[in-house]
Amino acid sequence: MTTDSSTSPARALIELSQVHKHYGEGESEVRALDGIDLRIERGEFVAIMGSSGSGKSTCMNILGCLDRPTAGDYHLADVLVTELPGDGLTMLRRHYIGFVFQGFNLLARTSALENVELPLVYRRIPRAEREERALKALAMVGLEDRVDHAPSQLSGGQQQRVAIARALVTEPDILMADEPTGNLDSARTEEVMELLQQLNRERGITIVMVTHEPDVAAFARRNIVFRDGRILSDTVVGGGA
Amino acid sequence: MIWATILMALREIRRNTLRSILTMLGVVIGVGAVIALVSVGRGATAKVTEDIGKLGKNLLTVTAGTFSRGGGGAGISSQPLRIDDANAIRREILGVDAVAAAAASSAQVVYGNSNQRTSITGSDNAFFEVRGYTLDKGRLFSRAETQSGSAACIIGATVRSNLFQKADPIGSTIRVGSIACQVVGLLVAKGQAGMGQDQDDLVVMPMRAVQRRITGNDNIQSIFVAAKEGEGTGVVAERLRGLLRQRRHRGAGLDDDFTIRDMAEIAETVTGASTALTALLGAIAAVSLVVGGIGIMNIMLVSVTERTREIGIRLAIGAFGSEVMLQFLLEAIVLSTMGGIIGICLGLVGSYFAANALTLPFVLAPDIVALAFVFSALVGVVFGYLPARKAANLDPIEALRHE
Repeated sequence: MTTDSSTSPARALIELSQVHKHYGEGESEVRALDGIDLRIERGEFVAIMGSSGSGKSTCMNILGCLDRPTAGDYHLADVLVTELPGDGLTMLRRHYIGFVFQGFNLLARTSALENVELPLVYRRIPRAEREERALKALAMVGLEDRVDHAPSQLSGGQQQRVAIARALVTEPDILMADEPTGNLDSARTEEVMELLQQLNRERGITIVMVTHEPDVAAFARRNIVFRDGRILSDTVVGGGA
Repeated sequence: MIWATILMALREIRRNTLRSILTMLGVVIGVGAVIALVSVGRGATAKVTEDIGKLGKNLLTVTAGTFSRGGGGAGISSQPLRIDDANAIRREILGVDAVAAAAASSAQVVYGNSNQRTSITGSDNAFFEVRGYTLDKGRLFSRAETQSGSAACIIGATVRSNLFQKADPIGSTIRVGSIACQVVGLLVAKGQAGMGQDQDDLVVMPMRAVQRRITGNDNIQSIFVAAKEGEGTGVVAERLRGLLRQRRHRGAGLDDDFTIRDMAEIAETVTGASTALTALLGAIAAVSLVVGGIGIMNIMLVSVTERTREIGIRLAIGAFGSEVMLQFLLEAIVLSTMGGIIGICLGLVGSYFAANALTLPFVLAPDIVALAFVFSALVGVVFGYLPARKAANLDPIEALRHE
């Protein structure tokens, strides 16, 4: 699955070329990303690994169009992200990307259904269709019997599955997962990872996941290891677990 | 989108009910105070206007002497008015409906065991017309009574209740000062005049009776002139003034030695003062509305900080900054508008009860209600802007990391 950017004629779903992200200036300059070249094709399941400070989260923010690189080009679905204005990044997030966070980041005191509907509200989907799609997404993660529960009434694994449903409800091309199992015990971890695997296999959703746990990364089909803002290794693994 | 956002704002407000109510309270009190003060103020104005109207419509009152501004005026010992002056006015002035000359005094009136001191007015039937009194029972003075100055009297409602309680006074004989006098008529109660004086505390007798048997001279104290409807009282007053100056030989350079009071003019002055006072009170109350707005801004700023993560989530899943801004702005507007509506209701209820307690008419002021509503919404826009902009400008990465 690893590809060489120089030989492929068509653009991959995600293409980073010589992407830099620097913080600070002069003496105190920190190179969070120091010239990253990366291609991710449609349908891949990629785990980005590395110790803290390796640049993996920064890379994730840029891939998720939450942040802009200091230098270099980022193509997402044939769009040169680096040249878009601020609202353009929002539009890309709205239409191509679903997010799953470590802390679940659900709206408190809001039912699972309403949480999942939220991205559709910003896409101006009419109410009835919104509810239908949200229910479908919740069924996909196996929570059809928990739609009226608020996050505080759900277990950690269930909350993360609501978050995954929220990420999927817009039918995004890419699912960005930032330490999706960081707050879960091993049983829930397995539950969530198997769900992601299943979504990738059966629905062909491209998943980019950041983690620092090798056994979580083992669920992916490709592992990229970051160190000091550079890619240390990029290997295809079984991904079957 | 706006509608969905308003629903979202309402849900947010319900989620923190106590805080929302406390936040609204400032606007509630501000709007309520404006509505209540302006309504009561307008009621007072209406009451004063009505009371002055009761004294007589288009009424001009001529009295001898002046209430001079300077110290010198009081010293002028002016000649009293005479019945001839009244006749001259009736004869010569255009635009006059009726003229009544009145000799005034006061005396003890006695009936049985009851007695009281009251004002005695000597005049003729024109007095009732000019001053707006109507007969409740009995009759007016007959021509013979007026001409001969016989001891007949027509009494006001207060005198009647003091002397006769509920009994029928017509035909009874009361003692007025030292003379016995038959009650021939009873007047319909007019109530209090603007300055709190009781207009029903009076006894009216034919002028000659009062002059001859009570005051002992043929002076008259006032001439009441009713201007014709549609004839400006100011114009008639000017004509009166010219005539009286001539009759009293006030050459050029001499000040008037008489006073013409124009009820319409007084009404205008008092109403004007009352309106100005109402505006002042309303303005003071409006300050509390601004304070209420600052309260909203304060809570919205706290709310933005509290909900930083939520804002981060919304931005990350595809909300524009402008959509987040709209959400917080609408929350502030919904809060302030709800406060405004509650304030309007409380203000109206409060002013209704206040009007009853102060025996003022309850005046609904739709313009002020509309203004208060618009103003309260505006408070939300103005004081919600800063917190909303703060929310919209958050960096999603930072906001998501916020604990």
